[in-house]
Amino acid sequence: MATRAIDSRDTVPAVTADDRRRWFRGQAFWLVAPALLLLVICLGLPLAIVTLRSFSEPRWGWQNYAWFFGTPVNLTVLQRTFAISAWVTLVCLVAGYPYAYVMTAVGPKLRLILILCVLVPFWVSGVVRTLAWVILLQDSGVINSVIRAVGLSPVKLIRTQTGVVIGMAQVLLPFMILPLYSVMKTIDLRLMQAARSLGASPARAFAQVYLPLSLPGVYAGAIIVFILALGFYITPALLGGPRSTMLSTLIQNQVLSLLNWGRGGAMGVVLLIATFVLLALAAPLSRQPHKTGSRR
Amino acid sequence: MASSSTRGAAIDLKSVSKHYGSFIALDKVSLRIEPGEFMTLLGPSGSGKTTTLNVIAGFTEVSSGSLDVGGKSVIGVPAHKRNIGVVFQHYALFPHMTVSRNVAYPLTLRGIANPDRESRVRKALDMVKMADFGHRFPSELSGGQQQRVALARAIVFDPPLLLMDEPLGALDKKLREWLQLEIKRIHRELGTTFVYVTHDQEEALVLSDRIAVFNQGRIEQIGTGRQLYDEPETLFVGKFVGDSTILRGAASTSGNETAIDVAGRKVAAAKRLSDGAKPVMLLRPEKLSLARRGKGGQDRNTLPGRIGEAIYLGSGSKYEVVLADSSKAIVRSTLDAETFAIGDEVDLIFAGSDVKLLADDENADFTLT
Repeated sequence: MATRAIDSRDTVPAVTADDRRRWFRGQAFWLVAPALLLLVICLGLPLAIVTLRSFSEPRWGWQNYAWFFGTPVNLTVLQRTFAISAWVTLVCLVAGYPYAYVMTAVGPKLRLILILCVLVPFWVSGVVRTLAWVILLQDSGVINSVIRAVGLSPVKLIRTQTGVVIGMAQVLLPFMILPLYSVMKTIDLRLMQAARSLGASPARAFAQVYLPLSLPGVYAGAIIVFILALGFYITPALLGGPRSTMLSTLIQNQVLSLLNWGRGGAMGVVLLIATFVLLALAAPLSRQPHKTGSRR
Repeated sequence: MASSSTRGAAIDLKSVSKHYGSFIALDKVSLRIEPGEFMTLLGPSGSGKTTTLNVIAGFTEVSSGSLDVGGKSVIGVPAHKRNIGVVFQHYALFPHMTVSRNVAYPLTLRGIANPDRESRVRKALDMVKMADFGHRFPSELSGGQQQRVALARAIVFDPPLLLMDEPLGALDKKLREWLQLEIKRIHRELGTTFVYVTHDQEEALVLSDRIAVFNQGRIEQIGTGRQLYDEPETLFVGKFVGDSTILRGAASTSGNETAIDVAGRKVAAAKRLSDGAKPVMLLRPEKLSLARRGKGGQDRNTLPGRIGEAIYLGSGSKYEVVLADSSKAIVRSTLDAETFAIGDEVDLIFAGSDVKLLADDENADFTLT
């Protein structure tokens, strides 16, 4: 019976890895060549140069790295960069998860509107959006005016870590929502009905069925947002103050103001390696214990 | 898993209606299902059979009417507190859990711990003959295997009532026929009340103690398969259950005798109708026979016709006969009977007592999807 149901797929000759390799050597290589070339010239080469200069300027050796780890303020900023990125990721997840869920549950018209709401900010430059946040967050800004109007004492938002997190979360939210949505839309909502028929309350059906199935989207969104947040420059520079400086601002300082390519390069390399280490640690989490078969 | 035959729950729907805006999905449906009974809800798509199932399961709230399960009203009781097993057409196995964990899930929710849980999971998988697949994930199983696991998951917590919504709809014919027998066996062994939704009348006849035929949000008739086939109360039931020949005529009555004008001949009716009535005559294929024109059936009713289609079925033949008024009759004949070819001039022969006279009904047409 099992053999019957497996049907015609068995009779189609499988494409072997060998076939694929041969094909890739043939024509496929030329299809990806422009992208590869661009990647090498615009990313690989500059990265190599920056890494090289972190060891070679002002003279060959580890002096730039020794300086980085020997200066407490650098370590504070590095730690803060990771902390702010983690907060931004968390805020995006909390705001994005229900939003992405609603996108899968509504009709096609409302879904289009919801997708547009996610995408439109993409079409506005990050600088403009950040300046809008300056207007909203500043001491005499919109948010504080409202707070004052209802009789509460104003809060300090601009030039604080909170302000930076708020601004960055807004800019990065689409990078959380889109991967979440792409995973959630493959989850069969009828599974929730099945869970309920088996005796699961709506909360348990969510926690034990929906949430585990949506985790690949959570991991993908979280990793993208976190990595983008680590290297974020404009928003923390405009919304932050001296106590919320992120590493990218320090790098910019070294390279553009002090023209110290060696130190700036070393900081960049440290950030890159720290990111890789973190990703390697997170990788086992995202490995799914099951094969996701095609769902009807 | 107890094997006593008295543990099924009775179901009592009284005047249940469900409206979606101006659309009436269920129109005052009343249905009583006995404990341990195998009841099939049969009907074309959109007839209200699945809505009825969803109402019993608690997925759909009724607009009006009452619903008792096991003697207690369940109106307003959420699905997860009804303790009813449900098997879906689309299997609905949890893809992130193994077969064993899927089947154990309802037990886990009820706080049943090992080793009791493990042994009940094994028993349920044994019952559906899937004991060797506990460690697999649903994506590693064929459709028929997945549905058997889904069945095990729905019975493992001993619900007094099992609902099945076209569970075999996605499977091919051979597998379907085999699983029908499996479902029948499991019903017999469990003694649970089964409510089964299908649009396949053959499947309904194979499985059910009784069948409720749905059409346009109402129940047309409730009865055993034999009752529906032999004594259809409405034209819809006659057409939906089994093959049938439908002839339309006009009644002319004098005294106690009614004759019906049909396809150019007068046919004696088995019961008296009012003069001028326009009844529908329904005939089952095995009640009809064929003879070459003028070669038989003198003592019975005959209608002249021509063979329009001849189909060899292995166990016999099936003919479509085109009559004078261009209506079509379906005749089934056995292997040893005389054979006919397309275009042969024949007489359609039947006894007046085998004619079911029914009221005409423009809502009797249906489409199967």
